[in-house]
Amino acid sequence: MTTTIHGGIGQSLARKEDARFIRGKGNYVDDIQLPGMLFLDFTRSPYAHAKITAIHPEKALKIPGVLAVITGKDLDAAKLAWMPTLMSDTQMVLPIDTVKFQGQEVVGIVADSRYSAADGAAAVEIDYEPLPVVTDPVKALLPDAPLVRPDKTKKSNHIWHWETGDKAGTDAALAKSDVVVHQDLYLPRLNVSSMETCGCVAQFDTMGRLTVWMTTQAPHAIRTVFALVAGLPEQNIRIISPDLGGGFGGKVPVYPGYVVAVVAALKTGHAVKWVEDRMDNLMSSSFARDYHISADIGATKDGKLTGLRVKTVADHGYADAAANPSKFPAGLFHIITGSYPFDKAFVEVDGVYTNKPPGGIAYRCSFRVTEAAFTIERLVDGIAHKLGMDPAEFRLKNFIPPESFPYKSALGWTYDSGNYAGALNLAMKMIDYPALRKEQVEKRKRGELMGIGISSFTEIVGAGPSAQFDILGIKMFEGCEIRIHPTGKVMARFGTKSQGQGHETTYSQILAEELGIPAENIAIEEGDTDTAPYGLGTYASRSTPTAGAAAVIAARKIREKAQKIAAHLLEVSPDDLEWKDYKFQVKGVPEKSKTMADVAFAAYTNPAPGTEAGLEAVDYYDPPNMTYPFGSYVCVVDIDKGTGQVNIRRFVAVDDCGTIINPMIVEGQIHGGLNMGLAPALYEQITYDENGNMRGNSFLDYLVPTAVESPHWETGKTTTPSPHHPIGAKGVGESPTVGAPAAIVNAVVDALSPLGVTNIDIPIYPWKVWQILHDKGQN
Amino acid sequence: MASTAIPRLTAGAPMGGPTRMVHITVNDVPFAIEVQDRTLLVHFLRDTLGMTGTHIGCDTTHCGACTVLLDDRPVKSCTVLAVQADGRKVRTVEGLESGGKLHPVQEGFTAEHGLQCGFCTPGMMMTSVALLAKNPNPTEDEIRHAISGNLCRCTGYMNIVKAIQHAAKASGGAK
Repeated sequence: MTTTIHGGIGQSLARKEDARFIRGKGNYVDDIQLPGMLFLDFTRSPYAHAKITAIHPEKALKIPGVLAVITGKDLDAAKLAWMPTLMSDTQMVLPIDTVKFQGQEVVGIVADSRYSAADGAAAVEIDYEPLPVVTDPVKALLPDAPLVRPDKTKKSNHIWHWETGDKAGTDAALAKSDVVVHQDLYLPRLNVSSMETCGCVAQFDTMGRLTVWMTTQAPHAIRTVFALVAGLPEQNIRIISPDLGGGFGGKVPVYPGYVVAVVAALKTGHAVKWVEDRMDNLMSSSFARDYHISADIGATKDGKLTGLRVKTVADHGYADAAANPSKFPAGLFHIITGSYPFDKAFVEVDGVYTNKPPGGIAYRCSFRVTEAAFTIERLVDGIAHKLGMDPAEFRLKNFIPPESFPYKSALGWTYDSGNYAGALNLAMKMIDYPALRKEQVEKRKRGELMGIGISSFTEIVGAGPSAQFDILGIKMFEGCEIRIHPTGKVMARFGTKSQGQGHETTYSQILAEELGIPAENIAIEEGDTDTAPYGLGTYASRSTPTAGAAAVIAARKIREKAQKIAAHLLEVSPDDLEWKDYKFQVKGVPEKSKTMADVAFAAYTNPAPGTEAGLEAVDYYDPPNMTYPFGSYVCVVDIDKGTGQVNIRRFVAVDDCGTIINPMIVEGQIHGGLNMGLAPALYEQITYDENGNMRGNSFLDYLVPTAVESPHWETGKTTTPSPHHPIGAKGVGESPTVGAPAAIVNAVVDALSPLGVTNIDIPIYPWKVWQILHDKGQN
Repeated sequence: MASTAIPRLTAGAPMGGPTRMVHITVNDVPFAIEVQDRTLLVHFLRDTLGMTGTHIGCDTTHCGACTVLLDDRPVKSCTVLAVQADGRKVRTVEGLESGGKLHPVQEGFTAEHGLQCGFCTPGMMMTSVALLAKNPNPTEDEIRHAISGNLCRCTGYMNIVKAIQHAAKASGGAK
């Protein structure tokens, strides 16, 4: 008989977080009210590139309630006008003399209410001299392009070049291939649009100690950055990340608003709150993608892949502020060989400045993994089509076989484990793939447009091994501290920060399993740098792979000490005990046992001689490798010839994230991730005109899918544990966002392929499809 | 400034400009408070009354995080003035639980994992309450259309639909 414990691993335990959220008792940044609290708002630039010739704050200062204005020159006096980015670039807090993108913060206004601050922001008068603008990164590389960053020694908009792989070998492999497919792909700029925007409340106490309640996914890293940049003693900085209304990577960077709020709190002696409105958020918070990709893939005539060559122009806006803690400027883009055993591959990326907001990777998609997965899964479909092979058959023929793991990819990654055919076969069975292909043949005879798309992606998460990942030199480990109280109740603290993933529930389940204490008796706390152990935060699906592992190892450290105490209580040697059925049992005498609660009480009342009192442990986990979740998705679309509307009839997602801790939470993560894969395929993009005007800065134009556009997602799973994670977990939050776009686009292209269509740029709006159908005489 | 029912006036209550007295009943508690004419209902709830369960997600009536019931009809309180609610009844997420018992919609959201970050949840639940009052037994399609003015970035809406179906069943709707 298997013994289970309440809330152990594998149970769909109801979420602990929900009790407060369903009552409206969450505590988000804008819910914080402090006595005498002031409000900060910004006057923003209407120009994408302009010289500031004068700032006239007088009218703003006459508005009742407006107390102060803060400009770039004020910050410059304190050496705070510029700040470093995580990519060793620099970005402005506030501009001293030049603005670089439309919507940039120019003047901070501090007032006694949010209404007065907004009035003040509207009343500040700024004289600008417009400068030439460049928003297209390809044009930005031309010799006569306007220079975005004259402050740099390199007088060019080219930021960096990065490449990896075997260039000559790949060129040769492609030259020898029977078939080569070339494809240009553009992944438009996106905004994460978490339902809560960014904001903070900054307060100095009478001893000069700073507390900042902040929408941050990485509170400890922020504390250290503040200490390094502002020169504040680190023990005098407390960062508290309260409940976050979604993050998706958009709450990793340091935004000017945070820094100016701290300056305003210092200047006024009051607590100062800054909260973006949606327009602020869409215009200036971190973006994702903006990758211009040009790729070639080769195969033999019998359908074996031979080589992959990818050239990319990466638009970073006016500063490379990607929240990418890796050694690689293009993040993990070189996972681009995906689920396939290429002998030869080569990738190169050029980072470019333009007059657009800074950033680079925030959209629930690890570090450039969506760009990689989208590219390889589109190309694989393209070459299968050219060879006249079924895309499923082609994938099954080429997948890295299960017995090849650990698998070293052509671009240098060591995949931990996988069974790609297992996931695709299950997805095909769930959707009845042969029946769909038969139906498609019939429909094509009648001139109806139906398409089936597949995506068999490989993710790379759990950043990361200290040799490859750091933030300003701080390694990407993750911390967990456990304290067991005398009554057998547990407080565990983590350096990560949930934004909706349900860490309070998931972590308590891991600890319930390892400590033999029911999940309901385990409290989880994150987000307060005064109490939590150091950690690098939650993004890139890293919490379970890193902090989850730290929890397991810290719990096992506790068990080691507890075994000595249990032996003392049972008057046996520790070696005579075994940990079984969530108890310490005398080997062969199971009725002689002690629970962790028994041991906890003894740890404070009757510890073994020579044993320290208390029952606590801490672990900082440096992962030996990344984890490599994977999945196969199959999407069926029907296209309305009259309108060009794409209707997703079915979408089956089979994910493999290794060991699953809470199936309900994992399924919820997959649903949400799929929606953020749907969005760029069919709806979302941020575009700029040639003057740098952002086209669409509200949800009227930035089309976050509603319940009506969202399909009824169908999910399935296979389980291939990670061999190097202590419980085999791999992480899941981003897999569906990485995998879904290619499945949808492949389905649309499949539907249109009888008309000779081989690609369609995302987002696939109905008008684009209609135009193609119209050009082909179909409507 | 004057308040007859609740003396809690917090920092952030809009000051200055023309004001007027409004009488608004929030979750069955009557308030009489002087507000600035331009005060939005959502700021009246959050900043003046300190009831922060109603959230602000977009300021432009697109996201629905601020949805409350105004005389039992769902409205987006970021684009309703407090003075427009004068003499009327407002119901917010804080008014759903009654006598220590969760509303069936609250039960449904937690039972079916209909929330993740929790930010859209209060508005989503208020829209759901209004839907079930009008249509106790909605189909999936009817639910999806009813909540299409409420954006959620976490759940993909799947479990929100299930949560509302769960509440419908618990409230006596057939399926």
